[in-house]
Amino acid sequence: MSVLVLLEQRGVLKPSALEAATAAAAIAQASGLELNAVYIGQSLADQASELAGFGIKSVYAYEHSDLGHYSNDAYVPIVRDLVEELGATVIIGSASALGKELCASVAARLGVELVQDAIACRWENGLHATKPVYAGKVVSEVAVNDSPAMVSLRPNVTAVARNGEDAPEILQREMPSVSLRTVLKEAAEAATGTVDLTEAKIVVSAGRGVGGPEHLPVVEALATAMGAAFGASRAVVDAGWIHHSHQVGQTGKVVSPDVYVACGISGAIQHQAGMRTSRVIVAINKDPQANIFKICDYGIVGDLFEICPLLTEAVKLAKG
Amino acid sequence: MKSVVLIKRVPDTASVFTINDAQSGVDTSRLKFVMSPYDEHAVQEAVNLKATAGGEVVVVTLGPPEDKEKLLTALAMGADRAVLITGDGIDSLGHRGIAEALAAVVREEAPEVVFAGKQAVDDDGSQIPERVAELLGWSHASVVTRFSLEGTTATVDREIEGGLLTLEVPLPAVFSTEKGINKPDYPKLPNIMKAKKKPLEEKSFADLGLTAADLAAKVTVTQMSLPRQERLNKLLEGDSATQVAALVQVLKEDEKVL
Ligand SMILES: Cc1cc2nc3c(=O)[nH]c(=O)nc-3n(C[C@H](O)[C@H](O)[C@H](O)COP(=O)(O)OP(=O)(O)OC[C@H]3O[C@@H](n4cnc5c(N)ncnc54)[C@H](O)[C@@H]3O)c2cc1C
Ligand SMILES: Nc1ncnc2c1ncn2[C@@H]1O[C@H](COP(=O)(O)O)[C@@H](O)[C@H]1O
Repeated sequence: MSVLVLLEQRGVLKPSALEAATAAAAIAQASGLELNAVYIGQSLADQASELAGFGIKSVYAYEHSDLGHYSNDAYVPIVRDLVEELGATVIIGSASALGKELCASVAARLGVELVQDAIACRWENGLHATKPVYAGKVVSEVAVNDSPAMVSLRPNVTAVARNGEDAPEILQREMPSVSLRTVLKEAAEAATGTVDLTEAKIVVSAGRGVGGPEHLPVVEALATAMGAAFGASRAVVDAGWIHHSHQVGQTGKVVSPDVYVACGISGAIQHQAGMRTSRVIVAINKDPQANIFKICDYGIVGDLFEICPLLTEAVKLAKG
Repeated sequence: MKSVVLIKRVPDTASVFTINDAQSGVDTSRLKFVMSPYDEHAVQEAVNLKATAGGEVVVVTLGPPEDKEKLLTALAMGADRAVLITGDGIDSLGHRGIAEALAAVVREEAPEVVFAGKQAVDDDGSQIPERVAELLGWSHASVVTRFSLEGTTATVDREIEGGLLTLEVPLPAVFSTEKGINKPDYPKLPNIMKAKKKPLEEKSFADLGLTAADLAAKVTVTQMSLPRQERLNKLLEGDSATQVAALVQVLKEDEKVL
C-alpha cells in the first residue's frame, strides 16, 4: 500500500513532475500511505535535490543513456513492474503529451481505470479527481474505485509546494532488457527562445482580429516582451496564417498559464475550452459585446493595432 | 493493407449543456451528436492509405444503436464495412472496458493498422488507442501529425511540448490522429446513398466472449456541475494609454505576473 508518483523528464525534470509530486504528497498525507517516486531518464544526478520536501521516501531511479527519450517499449514495463513490486495503490502522473501516453499504456497493462488530465485530485476514503469534460463546459467529480487508482494531472494547475527539506533516498535501478520495437529517428526541439504553449506561464494569442499573417508580428512582439508563448485561435490556423501547433482550444492545445492574453479573439466556446483554466485572463477586442469579455478578468475595448504596441512598450518598461 | 478505424459519437461541444437533476450527468435529450472531430482525421487517414496501398477499411464503434448514424458517415467517407458493438450494459463501461471490447473486435479483424482519434471530445479520455494497442501487445504512436508507410514499417511524426518526434513503428500498430495529419473530405450525396448499402454488422458483448459486468467502470461520477465563473470582468477605462498603464499595473502589482 503506497503512492507512486511518475517523475517526468525531458533531459531535466519537468515542472509537471514537481507538480505531480506536490499532489501525490497531499494524497500520501491524507491517506497515511507511504510516498515513492520513479524516475526514468538519462541521469537524475544533480537534480535529486529538487525532490526534497515532498515527503518522498524513495526515488527509484532508472538511469541509462537509452532511457533519455521516452519510449513505450522501455518505460511501460518499468512502471508496471515497479507498481507490482511496491504494491502501489495510487499512481499519480502528468498529463503532458508523453505523460498521457505513458499513463494510458501503464493503466492498460495493469488492467485498471485511469483519469487523464485531472485539474485536481484528493484523498477521501479513496482517490477522487476533478476533471473538465465537454470542452470544459461541465466539471466532473469522480471517485476512482480501482486499485491501483490512477490519475494524470494537467500541467500548470498545481502550485509546487514543499514542506521541509527532507531528501528522499535515491535507489539506483538497472534498466531491464527490453526489445525496442519503435525506433526514435529524430527528436526536433523547437527553436530556442520560443516558449512552449502548454507549459508556459504566460500565453499571448492572436485571433482573426489581426486581419492577416503580415500583422501577426504586432501580437508576437507583445508575446516576446512578456516572455510568453504565442498562441492563436482556430480562425488564424485555418486561414493558414500560422502553424496549427499554435492553436489553443478544443481541437488545439489546452493551456493553463498564469496569464492568458487574447488579442482580437471573439471567445468562441471551443476557444474557451483551451484556456478557461488560466489564472488571469486578459482580453483586447474592439467589440465591447465580444464573448471574450464575459470570461475575462481584465478587458480593454480597443483596436489591437493601437493597444498591442503600447502594451509591448509598457511591459518592456515595467520589466526594466 | 487492412485497417480498422475506431470512431466515437459524441455531443457537439457547441451545444448548450445542462446538468440532470441528480447532478450525476448531463441532460443528453437536447444535444446534437457528431463524430468526434479527431476521428474524422482517423477515417480520412485510413481511406488515404487504402487509396495508395489498397486493402480494406473497417470502421468500428461501441455505443448505443444511434451510433449507426456516424458509422454511415464513415462509410460515406470511404470505409468499406462497419461494426457496431452494442447491447445491454453499454452505458456502464469505463475506458478500461471500452478498450477491451474494441480490442476484441480488432483481434477478430486482424488488421495491420488501427487508426483512432487522439481523444474523444466528450470526456477527453485520451487513452483508448494506447489501451487497445497494449491489450493486443502491439506498438502504438499517439498524436500523429504525419503518417507514411514503407513495407511493414510506418514512419510518423508525433508532437510533444515544444518539439516533434519522428518514430519508426513496426506494424501491426495503433495510431492516434491529431488535426493537421490530413483534411477530411466530407461525403458527397452519392456516397451517402452508397454507404447505406455497405455491410454494417452488430455485435453484442456475448458475441465477443465478454460480459458487461466484467467491463463495468470502476470510476464513478460523484457530481457534475457547471464551472463556476469567478472572473473579475473588469473593463479598463480611459484612453488607450491609460488603459494600458492600468493593465500593466494590475499585472505587476496585484497579479504579480510581470
Ligand atoms: C468542432 C469545432 C472545434 C473548434 N476548435 C477550436 C479551437 O480549438 N480553437 C479555436 O480557437 N476555435 C475553435 N473552433 C472555432 C471557433 O468556433 C471560432 O470559430 C474561432 O475560435 C474564432 O476565432 P477568432 O476568435 O479568432 O475569430 P472571430 O470569431 O472572427 O473573432 C475575431 C474577433 O476579433 C475582433 N477584432 C477584429 N478586428 C480587431 C481589431 N483591429 N482590434 C481588436 N479586435 C478586433 C472582433 O471584434 C472579433 O471579436 C472550433 C469550432 C468547431 C466547430
Ligand atoms: N466507444 C468507442 N467506440 C469506438 N472508438 C472509441 C470509443 N471510445 C473511444 N474511441 C476511440 O478512441 C479515441 C480516443 O478516445 P478517448 O481515449 O476516449 O479520448 C477516439 O477518438 C476514438 O477513435
